[in-house]
Amino acid sequence: MPEILKAPLVVEFPFTRSLGPVQSAFLTGLRERVVLGVTTTDGRTLVPPVEYDPVTADDLRDLVEVAPTGTVTTWAWNHAPRRGQPLTTPFAWVLVRLDGADTALLHALDAPGPDAVHTGLRVRIRWAEERTGAITDIACFEPYDGGPARLTGSTDEFADPVGGIVATARLDYTYSPGRAQTAYINSLADRRTVGERCPSCRKVYVPPRGACPTCGVPTAEQVEVGPRGTVTTFCIVNIKARNLDIEVPYVYAHIALDGADLALHARIGGIPYDQVRMGLRVEPVWTDGARYPDHYRPTGEPDADYDAYKELL
Amino acid sequence: MTRDIAVVAFAQTDVLRTTDELSEVEMLMPVLHSVLDRTGLKTADIGFTCSGSSDYLAGRAFSFTLALDGVGAWPPIAESHVEMDGAWALYEAWTKLLTGDADTALVYSYGKSSGGSLRDVLTRQLDPYYVAPLWPDSVALAALQAQALIDAGDTDESALAAIGARSRRVATLNSHAQLRGSVPQGDYVVRPLRTGDCPPVGDGAAAVILAAGERARELCSRPAWIRGIDHRIEAHTLGVRDLTDSPSTRLAAERAGAFERPVDTAELHAPFSAQEVVLRKALRLDDSVRVNLSGGALAANPMMAAGLVRVGEAAARIHRGESDRALAHATSGPCLQQNLVAVLEGEPR
Ligand SMILES: [Zn+2]
Repeated sequence: MPEILKAPLVVEFPFTRSLGPVQSAFLTGLRERVVLGVTTTDGRTLVPPVEYDPVTADDLRDLVEVAPTGTVTTWAWNHAPRRGQPLTTPFAWVLVRLDGADTALLHALDAPGPDAVHTGLRVRIRWAEERTGAITDIACFEPYDGGPARLTGSTDEFADPVGGIVATARLDYTYSPGRAQTAYINSLADRRTVGERCPSCRKVYVPPRGACPTCGVPTAEQVEVGPRGTVTTFCIVNIKARNLDIEVPYVYAHIALDGADLALHARIGGIPYDQVRMGLRVEPVWTDGARYPDHYRPTGEPDADYDAYKELL
Repeated sequence: MTRDIAVVAFAQTDVLRTTDELSEVEMLMPVLHSVLDRTGLKTADIGFTCSGSSDYLAGRAFSFTLALDGVGAWPPIAESHVEMDGAWALYEAWTKLLTGDADTALVYSYGKSSGGSLRDVLTRQLDPYYVAPLWPDSVALAALQAQALIDAGDTDESALAAIGARSRRVATLNSHAQLRGSVPQGDYVVRPLRTGDCPPVGDGAAAVILAAGERARELCSRPAWIRGIDHRIEAHTLGVRDLTDSPSTRLAAERAGAFERPVDTAELHAPFSAQEVVLRKALRLDDSVRVNLSGGALAANPMMAAGLVRVGEAAARIHRGESDRALAHATSGPCLQQNLVAVLEGEPR
């Protein structure tokens, strides 16, 4: 069996999230070096604050300032920091109950080693130099030998409150398409289109995915199809995609290759977009060095009969 | 309308560190065929199909739709999906059978963790405002829970090591498990958790078939009747919770009827050694109960399937006559955030 294909796949997303009144006040407060909690109907103070009571589901809106100092309630020593974490040197993950709060906040603690950390350790916030209204405005915690720090007296009366955050994320994968699609992609490199036939219903699937969706059984028998085919349906694309060097409007179509029982999709070229039609006979156009057809163009044959492809719509 | 519903068949893949040569559907299909073969059912005979998986493991949107090729989804079938462990898909299928809309259900779930970095991937399920921007990974959060238990005097590092060692020792009898036999306790991953306290990262899939009433008796000589099933959730803010306890597990167990009579067997989904301590306490399991004879999640933890495997392992013991009343538990999220409990029974022999 030929080697299975693999390629890096990076998924990055900058989610823009809006904040409710409590989250907005809390994150704006961090920007101003003020820590706010929210008081519940039974008199507890939650930090970080939430908009609904986790026990009673009551609406929570009463903000109250707590100190930037507190006590570690549990911890874990992280000797190998990972990408995106608050510190690049070994640190402790900590849950900290700030003075004045009844619940704990998760963050990082900068300490020389695990022997310097214990539950009950007194700590204080180390503020980030540049603050934008995000949880990372707290750079980390640091050991602190003392009682509760004085409050600033600020509440939720901040100018220019933060209305949202951008939650950026990046995840790195190694994508492998599996056996069937590896075989398909490898044959495309030889300018051949190879599908797989279902052993039960005898249909030929292109591209093959290793299973017949009708019968739910594995497919393995390879069948070369095309190169010519028939347009079964199409759409006209009027909006240019980013990084795509194709003039709009252009046509994207479903194409039933000769011998295939499933239509694949590809761009149609070599014909004005408003002359593409169902039944149009097309063939692939390869460019030098490409691993797949650049587009399909008319063959000049007469159009296929509707009956010849109606099952593939 | 009340109907008795049972797990009548269970199948699972071997759990492997990597399965590059297989797409999701290629990995899943042998399990689907295996579970159907056990009952003699064809895909066309199944009344309802429900699956569990996660796009974040695959790194692609709507990744479950391709796996549907493996169940014969054309012509259209009655089908649903949860972006969760398959134990929750089983819960949905159970409610569907309760309504009387179907008599049989196929439940499957799968996960290929090998495509990405699981510790990073799982951070994306955390609170996006206050927690996810700090990228605390799954081991770090479990380590905070373990330290809380140690501080509370509920366990210590050597007791935790013993849990891992026992899990891998009994897993020598489970040919599907990823880690079997003696495994070094290893270095700290995030202190106080060592390699041996953490689950192996692996790819795998599982499937069960549910059937109602007489249909279950036709399909299985000793059905595993679901006497109760319930799932509950903790507050999402970690600092609000008492990490040494799992009130949601206890409540789910109570609603599932777990405390009405003792169970003889329990399959607990405890990916980290310290979580077994929490679950035993929440479920009031004493030494008379055989816990995780399969090896549990410390021997094999295929994401999105490990919870369904717990239900399947418990049911399979009843099918084989090795248990009369078994508890199955599944979890999802950091530090046992969400918990499902099912109570299964075989008829008297
Ligand atoms: Zn077929």
